[in-house]
Amino acid sequence: MSDWFEALESMGPAAIAWPYPVRYGVETDVECDVAVLGGGPAGCMAAISAARAGANVVLIDKGHPKRSGGGGVDHWLNTPNPASTITPEECVDWELESYNGYCNGLSRYIAAREGYDTLLEIEQMGGKIRDTGDEFKNAPFRDEKTKFLFAYDYENKFVFRVWGTTFKPAMYNQCRKLGVQIYTKVMVTSLLTVPHGEGIKVVGATAVDARSGEFYVIKARATIDCMAFSQASWLFSSELTGLPYFHPNVVSDGPAIAWRAGARFTMMEKSGATAEPGHAFPHYGTGNPKNTWFPCSMVDANGKEIPWVDYQGRILKDVSERTRPAPGQKFIAERAQAPKYRCPRIIDDLAERIRKGEFTLPLYADLPSMPEHERKAIWGLMVGEEGRSRVPVFEKYTRAGFDASRDLLQSYMLLGGEPHSGLQQGITLPYLRTYGPLASPGGLVTDWNLRTSLEGLYAAGSALYAANYYHHAAATGRYAGRKAAEYALKTGTSAPRQKQIEEEKVRVYAPVARRNGMDWKELRAGLCRVMQNYCSEPKNEKLLQLGKLWLRDIEENVFPDVSVPNPHMLMRVLESFNMLYCDESIIEASLARKASSTSLGFIRQDYPDIDPPEWHKFITVEKRNGKVVNGELPMGFWGPLSDNYVKHNPAYKGFLKG
Amino acid sequence: MKSKERGPVKEIGQKAYAVPNRPGPGRPVLFNPDICNGCNRCVDICPMEVFIPNPEKGKPPIILYPEECWYGGCCVEECPRQGAITFNSPLMQRVRWRRKDTEEDFHT
Repeated sequence: MSDWFEALESMGPAAIAWPYPVRYGVETDVECDVAVLGGGPAGCMAAISAARAGANVVLIDKGHPKRSGGGGVDHWLNTPNPASTITPEECVDWELESYNGYCNGLSRYIAAREGYDTLLEIEQMGGKIRDTGDEFKNAPFRDEKTKFLFAYDYENKFVFRVWGTTFKPAMYNQCRKLGVQIYTKVMVTSLLTVPHGEGIKVVGATAVDARSGEFYVIKARATIDCMAFSQASWLFSSELTGLPYFHPNVVSDGPAIAWRAGARFTMMEKSGATAEPGHAFPHYGTGNPKNTWFPCSMVDANGKEIPWVDYQGRILKDVSERTRPAPGQKFIAERAQAPKYRCPRIIDDLAERIRKGEFTLPLYADLPSMPEHERKAIWGLMVGEEGRSRVPVFEKYTRAGFDASRDLLQSYMLLGGEPHSGLQQGITLPYLRTYGPLASPGGLVTDWNLRTSLEGLYAAGSALYAANYYHHAAATGRYAGRKAAEYALKTGTSAPRQKQIEEEKVRVYAPVARRNGMDWKELRAGLCRVMQNYCSEPKNEKLLQLGKLWLRDIEENVFPDVSVPNPHMLMRVLESFNMLYCDESIIEASLARKASSTSLGFIRQDYPDIDPPEWHKFITVEKRNGKVVNGELPMGFWGPLSDNYVKHNPAYKGFLKG
Repeated sequence: MKSKERGPVKEIGQKAYAVPNRPGPGRPVLFNPDICNGCNRCVDICPMEVFIPNPEKGKPPIILYPEECWYGGCCVEECPRQGAITFNSPLMQRVRWRRKDTEEDFHT
C-alpha cells in the first residue's frame, strides 16, 4: 500500500481518519523577545544571530527548517573575500547598473559587506565551503591557499562554489544548540499590531498548525519577516509538475501578512517572463549553458558546437576565455545586463540561425568535451549541491546510467516560448508570467537596520524588495537578527489587542465549519486567472480597475464559500487568501505607476513612454485603515553605502573594516 | 448475429471501485515495504506534507497529496534506510541523453 486509494481499498473508512489530533481553535500563547517568521536561510540565520545576541527566540516554519527554503545552494554570489580584490561597492554597482537603479542597494550592500563573515560562520556550524578533499587541486577556479572554489570570473573570484546541501542542516542544528524554540509545520497567519504614535507597532504574530489546526498567539518584542515573495500569482497547476510557479509554501504569506498590517512595499509592479533553463523539467536537469551549468559547451543535433561570444560579440576561442573578463572589462557577473560586466554567453542570434538551418534541434550540453575539472564542477559539485538537484538530477540520472564523461544531455530550449523556455527573448504568455524574474521583485522597504516602516517589524531575505539569492538571504537574516535582538532587549512588551486575535481566529477557522464549499485549488486557479487577464501585458487603467474589482468580489463573495476537511487543506486555503492580498498590492502598485518601464517589465498601454525621467523613482504602496496610500522614494534613497553602513554598525567586527 | 461470452480471466479478477480520478502525477516516490520501517522521518521533513503516517505502525507512510510534491527529494535525503524510498520522476519530467561516441539514446 502506498497511496490513499490503495489504503482505502485495504483499510476501508480508517483510511480517511485524520492521523493527527485535531485541535481547531485551541489557543497556545508563546512569549519571546524575537519571533522569526520563516525558516529558510534568512530565518535560520536571523534566529541564530538573535539568539547569540542574548535574545529568547522563536522560529516558525511551515515546512521543516532542516531542509526548507534553500535546501541546497551551488553559488554564493557577490562576496568580497581574501582571494579577491573586488569591493562591496563594486558588487552593488554592477547590480544597480544592470537594473537601472531599481534594486535594493542597501540590503545588497549589507550582503556584500557581511557575506564572507556569514559564510565563515556557516562553516563553523558544519557547512562545507572549501575543497578540503583537494578534489579540484590546481583547477583554475581554485584558490590554493584557502581551498575556496569560484565560479564565472576566475580572475576576480567573488562568486563561490559551495557544498550547499550541508548548509541548512548545519543551521538547523545550530538553532537547536542555541535554544531557539522551533515550531515546524506551523503557518503564520497575521501580524499582531497596536497603534504607536502616528504609526503602527508589530507586537507578534498569529499562526495555525498545519497538522492539528491549533492556534498560536506569539507575543514578541521584535518580529522578523523572513518569508519569501510570491511566485504563484500568475500560474497554478499542480498537475504540471516542474513548472516553476508551484513552489511549495512560496505563495505570498510574507507579503500578505505585512500588507494587511500596513507595512510599506515598493517595486510591487515589477513582473516578467520566466527564463529558467529547462522550463517544466527538473531544475538544472537539462542541458544548458547557464548558471549551475556555466560555462558548459553546447552542440546541436549533429554535434556542431554553438559559439560563445563576449560582451562585444567577439567569438571566444576556448572554454577558459568564458571565465575571465574580456579586454575592456574589469570583472564579469552572470546576471549583469550592463555590457561593462556582462558574462560571455552563447550567441544571441541562435534562434535565427536555427531557423535558417545553420544549427539543428535538439541541442545538447557537451560535458564530455569540457576540461575534466569543469565537468566535475558542473556534474557533481554544482548539480549535486543546488537546491532541488541532488536527488532528482544527480543521483537519479547517475543511477539511470548517465555518464558525464561520455553523454550529451539534451536541452529542451526550443524556438517557441511555450511550454519550455524559448530561445527567443520577450515571449511572455500571461500564464507564464512570474512575479520576480531574475530574483529582483518587489517587497518590503526597510531602513539601515532592516526595519520595515512598522515599529518592531524587521525583514530579511526574500521578504525585502529586490532581494537576491541565498547569500543575500543568509547575510541579511544574520544582520536583521542582530538588529532585532538589539531593539528587543531594550524594549518593553506591549500586549496585543484581544479584539484582533478574536477576529483573526474567526477568519482562520471560517472554512472549517462549512461543507461542500469551493476547494482551494479552484480558488487558486481563479485568482491566477484574474492576474493573467487584468495584470499582465500590456496593462491599462481599465484592465487594472477590473482586476481590482474581481479581487474585491472574490474576497467578499468567494472567500465565504470556501470549505476544508482538514488542517492541511486549511493551510492551502489560507495561502490562497494570502495570494489575493499580495495580488492587491501588485495591482495597486501597477495603478500608481503611470509610465512604462522596461527595467520593471512593466508596460502601460495608456502611458506608453518607456522609462521617462520623471518616473525614474520607486513607487511605494501601503494599506492604512483599509485605504491604499501611495508614496515615492528617489533612486538611491539609501544614501552613501559605506558611510551609512559604518554609521549603523560601529561595533561590528568582520572581514571588511572601516 | 450471435454473441459469445468468454469466461473471466482468473488473473484479472472481478473487482472494481467507484473512486475519483487519482490526482496526477500520483507517484512522486515509491516505497519499498521490505526496507521501510515506518520511522516517518520523510513525513516530517517534507515541506509540502505530501505524506501522512501509516495507521499501522512500522509500515511505509501513505502518499496523501502527491500533486503537491515539489520533486526536491529531501524525503530521500532524510531517509536512514537506503532503498526504502525511491524518487520517481513523472513521465513528463523524464530527460533524454545521447552517448557521444555510439550515438545511442537513453532517458531517465
